[in-house]
Amino acid sequence: MADGFETVIGLEIHAELKTETKIFCACSTAFGAEPNTQVCPVCSGFPGMLPVLNEKVVELAIRAGVAMHSEIAEFCKFDRKNYFYPDSPKAYQISQYDLPICGKGYLDIEVDGEKKRIGITRAHMEEDAGKLVHQGDIISTPFSLVDLNRSGVPLLEIVSEPDMRSAQEARAYAEKLRAILLFAGVSDCKMQEGSLRFDANVSVRPVGQKELGTRTETKNLNSFSALEKAITFEAKRQVEALEDGERIIQETRTWDDEKGVTRSMRSKEDAHDYRYFPEPDLPPIRIRREFIEELQATMPELPDDAQKRLVEQCGLPEYDAGILTLTPASLTFFDACIKQYEDAKIVSNWMMGELSRLLNQNNIEIGDCKITPEHMIKMIKMVDDGSISGKIAKTVFEEMFSTGKSPEAIVKEKGLVQISDESTLVPLIEEIVKNNPKVVEDFKNGKEKAAGSLVGQVMKATKGQANPGLANKLLREILSKE
Amino acid sequence: MELHELTVHELQQKLAAREISSEEIVKSVFARIHAVDDQVQSFVTLTEEDALQNARNVDKENDWRGLRGIPFGLKDIFCTRGVRTTCCSKILENFVPTYDCTVARKLNEEGILVGKLNMDEFAMGSSTEHSAFFPTKNPWDLERVPGGSSGGSAAAVAANEVPFALGTDTGGSIRQPASFCGTVGLKPTYGRVSRWGVIAFASSLDQVGAFTKDVQDCALVMNKIAGKDPLDSTSVSVDVPDYTSFLDGNVKGMKIAYPREYFEEGIDASTKECVKKALAKYEEMGAIIEEVSLPHSEYALSAYYIVAPAEASANLARFDGVRYGLRDFEAGNVVEMYLNSRAAGFGDEVKRRIMLGTYALSSGYYDAYYLKALKVRRLIANDFEQIFDRFDLIVAPTTPTTAFALGQHTGDPLTEYMNDILTVPINLAGLPGMSIPCGFVEGLPVGMQLIGKAFDEGSIFRAAYAYEQNTDFHKAKPVLGVK
Repeated sequence: MADGFETVIGLEIHAELKTETKIFCACSTAFGAEPNTQVCPVCSGFPGMLPVLNEKVVELAIRAGVAMHSEIAEFCKFDRKNYFYPDSPKAYQISQYDLPICGKGYLDIEVDGEKKRIGITRAHMEEDAGKLVHQGDIISTPFSLVDLNRSGVPLLEIVSEPDMRSAQEARAYAEKLRAILLFAGVSDCKMQEGSLRFDANVSVRPVGQKELGTRTETKNLNSFSALEKAITFEAKRQVEALEDGERIIQETRTWDDEKGVTRSMRSKEDAHDYRYFPEPDLPPIRIRREFIEELQATMPELPDDAQKRLVEQCGLPEYDAGILTLTPASLTFFDACIKQYEDAKIVSNWMMGELSRLLNQNNIEIGDCKITPEHMIKMIKMVDDGSISGKIAKTVFEEMFSTGKSPEAIVKEKGLVQISDESTLVPLIEEIVKNNPKVVEDFKNGKEKAAGSLVGQVMKATKGQANPGLANKLLREILSKE
Repeated sequence: MELHELTVHELQQKLAAREISSEEIVKSVFARIHAVDDQVQSFVTLTEEDALQNARNVDKENDWRGLRGIPFGLKDIFCTRGVRTTCCSKILENFVPTYDCTVARKLNEEGILVGKLNMDEFAMGSSTEHSAFFPTKNPWDLERVPGGSSGGSAAAVAANEVPFALGTDTGGSIRQPASFCGTVGLKPTYGRVSRWGVIAFASSLDQVGAFTKDVQDCALVMNKIAGKDPLDSTSVSVDVPDYTSFLDGNVKGMKIAYPREYFEEGIDASTKECVKKALAKYEEMGAIIEEVSLPHSEYALSAYYIVAPAEASANLARFDGVRYGLRDFEAGNVVEMYLNSRAAGFGDEVKRRIMLGTYALSSGYYDAYYLKALKVRRLIANDFEQIFDRFDLIVAPTTPTTAFALGQHTGDPLTEYMNDILTVPINLAGLPGMSIPCGFVEGLPVGMQLIGKAFDEGSIFRAAYAYEQNTDFHKAKPVLGVK
């Protein structure tokens, strides 16, 4: 951030709630079906159709609320949000306006070792709209097609307080919220399927100023990195505008991921008047205290508790524990590993190192990867007992990742067993010493690094299979004899 | 007597005694329709072939419980699978639903649908002159309106074109035309009958009900259509009694209130006189009659014309040309398509109410209009609750006047709205109300309105039946020139 300015960020996050059927009809919510195959007269807005609330949606919304430390309303209702758009079949969205199901809550984040509590203003249930398919872009397309498969998919819109002060904090909040929703079992949070979407409200103000600056709302943020980049861009744009003596216009902007810029969509003057009013087709919802308590009692372990457990019981650094508890799948993997292996830090190193690298590189989730905790632990034990080197272990790990085979099978197939046999290594080292008189001399003149270079040659000659510790020891013995 | 002149219960008896077949009834009904509907113009769609086929099928089954084999008509607001359903609007002129509304499904299990009946477009109006197709005429005087919005249903029953018909009532759309046409018309308690598949006007006020030739028929139809529907979250799980069990003719000791606000200036003197005579009749039969006050009555119409248009503005937004209905294919972009389709598809009265409702809900006006109207609504409901702490029933005129002339209120919506002044409070309070014939003024029927506690249609049936047993007004029929 430019000197003298502070960025203020609030996020609105839409999470798809994990139900089999839509919020007001019995159509499937499954992703990826042929267009308009998961529709009925209700979710396509036919005359005379009425909504019937899917009770599972209420349950999941309460679960999310409990996980976010939110006040759960014992009385809430739905409202109509009116606007015309071809993907909105009733030309109004059934949402919640002044009496949302979840009130004030919070969650805790950590950025660069600093902890911070971010307030949650509210969370409400609503239905998703359909999808428009254009030929080319929206401006030049001669016509658009409407796919209503998503129409009526249940969403929870979670609105934060403007408590974040940097793009990093916003990202940490979004990641933490995702973790919580995943752990609470209320959403799949699959960003590539659109089941978690972000809108960022960003403003800037001179440091020390109390009043908030004029904010913009940036929509269409479909990944954590887009969120972070868009906020960084938007904050910079606003500061530059202010420094040029311009005024910030309150408006809705859209993020262009390819170009890395935000662009104006519509100003406040063109903003919709949604004309909210209570949905007369649905009676208000009364939630029994006991039902909320029951959901509280059956709440699975949440990221904060898991993180605490990993620090206190497994002795992991906070940072490691934070990363390992970003998804339930990651924690499940870790927990399975430490049942079979004592040193949690070594497990954590492998998961946060090689495993995480390969997952990112191949763009897959830990739950879908072929390596099992059993195989990973076996491999770690093979390193421990010296049957493979750390370096070979990485090769074995990659092979495990791509084939799902056991480490023993891979070592056997590829002949990767570590050479710890002195009678094999000694002649080899003697040969290398003989062929590198200059390096040997450097070593004798006190150049420690020269030894490393010789060991490296041993490793190369054995295709990495030599036990590096043993090779080092033998080398030094041979050199001292000369 | 011809078969089409008979009541449902008379037809039931003859069917059960195997004196007649359903096919004969249906043929008689269609003969009547073909003879008089040129003049009355009740129907917008006839389903003659299907009706005859269905009648023959029912005849084969030879089981005469319930409404089996009895013909009926539906206001064109009820979605009927495979049968064009227009709401008498150009925007739905060619709309054929793929589904039956819940009440049509229930009636189709037993009865025979003969056609769809004319109405004010989207149920907005009190004369059926706001139909996009043609106005329906009052069978008692073809120069006069049958009332509305369910004018086609009322006229068809009054003209003996069909033994019974369903309508909807948002602010009086069953009771007012029933009054104008001299039929029985019941608007049940809000939540008593499913609205699923009924094209919505104002969701918190709309209720489905029946037009019949007498009170007993009304009870028979209610027995079939009332009850909780899992598809309509606003329908209520209250046990449905056998409504015919209230038809004992005994009103001894029944406490009947008549609100002074419903007999004030603006209500035709001869109409008041008819209702006062009916009250005297009740007293004669042993009921206890007392004048009461419903002090917030004067605000009802204003509140209604905020709440109903507000809900309508949202309910009618789906008619946008995107998925079905009228569409301007020439439009250059989507906004133009919306504007042109809706401009061409909706009539003036519908546009007027969409604008009213949109305005009332607009940012900055919501509290002053919509929210205030909701508060008034609560006060009106409280008025009724207080009366019903002490009384079983409220009796009042249904309408301020008898049927007015065609064209009389054209271009003067406010005067037309005044027609609903005695019926809208009942919708705002969600109560059941029935109009029954209680006299004639210059050859035109006068309606008396019986208002009951929520879900106590039973008391209405008891009182209405007792009155009918002691009077002959329901037996009078309009004379129509037969081709």
